[in-house]
Amino acid sequence: MSATGESLEIGSALPLSQQGPAPTRVVAGFGFWLFLLSDIILFAALFAAYAVLSDASAGGPIGAELFDKRHVFLETLCLLTSSVTCGFGSLAVLRTDKRAMYLWMFATFVLGAIFLAMEASEFADMVSAGAGPSRSAFLSAFFALVGTHGLHVSVGLVWLLIMLLQVATLGFRPMVARRFFCFGLFWHALDIVWIGVFTIVYLGAH
Amino acid sequence: MVLQPQGQSPAQGHEPGVDARGSHNGRSYLVGLAFALILTGASFWAASTSFVYAPAVPVLLGVLAIAQMGIHVAFFLHISSAPDQANNFLALVFGIFVTGLVVFGSMAIMSHLNHAMVSMDQLMQMQR
Repeated sequence: MSATGESLEIGSALPLSQQGPAPTRVVAGFGFWLFLLSDIILFAALFAAYAVLSDASAGGPIGAELFDKRHVFLETLCLLTSSVTCGFGSLAVLRTDKRAMYLWMFATFVLGAIFLAMEASEFADMVSAGAGPSRSAFLSAFFALVGTHGLHVSVGLVWLLIMLLQVATLGFRPMVARRFFCFGLFWHALDIVWIGVFTIVYLGAH
Repeated sequence: MVLQPQGQSPAQGHEPGVDARGSHNGRSYLVGLAFALILTGASFWAASTSFVYAPAVPVLLGVLAIAQMGIHVAFFLHISSAPDQANNFLALVFGIFVTGLVVFGSMAIMSHLNHAMVSMDQLMQMQR
């Protein structure tokens, strides 16, 4: 009985009860991961509203008439590439390589800004063509869902600028690095939400 | 100066976003990018081709989107079911569960209400 009791411990010198609290890095990352999941649940509510209302066009324009697939494909490429450059930027933070970090994060910022500009021009075209959020329930749900995603991307860009300023003034201290990793998680999560947006809203339009 | 301490114990967990195997050369991002590009291309192709049986297209798009989300979670967020990531993985599973509940629950309830609702024309007839 006592012989099998000790083999429950997996691969660690100390038992779990004696290891002390997890490092701040792990706790902060886990907490931010929980926030991201709750943010995705917020998007789930907006997706549900869109799925329910997508046919309620009130005699106005429908999705298939409004959306340009080529435009959306370019937006998708921008966001996907920016996710990868952000990943390389995070690796540069791990190596404390300032030059590489500035290079990759500048690329991330530019690609994110191009995405936002494309989305803003799409919204402006729709509103000027009389397909604004007040036209139908379908368009209200569309602007709420895609607009919330765009708002998140804008917040991400401001956050990225603040992080670059912090690295410039404070350097790569652990606190700054932790925030940088949280920014990376945020940016990747936005890309995952965008997969849902382009599949359900743009490609699913009929 | 190395920001990531080496040799931490698995029981204390592992934060999301950092490659668990400690490889810092960015290979996972390139592999993820390749997969994501293929799946994105396939999605846009499936939506605009007549090669696929039309009623099957939404199902195909759904499968491709879920596959790409999985690729992003595995290769960009570096979430896995490894023992040192039990917390992250359980949180992810719970998030997926609630997301599914909200989306499919809303759709089921609203379609049922739609089905049960008396249309405006019939209502006018009944009032005569």
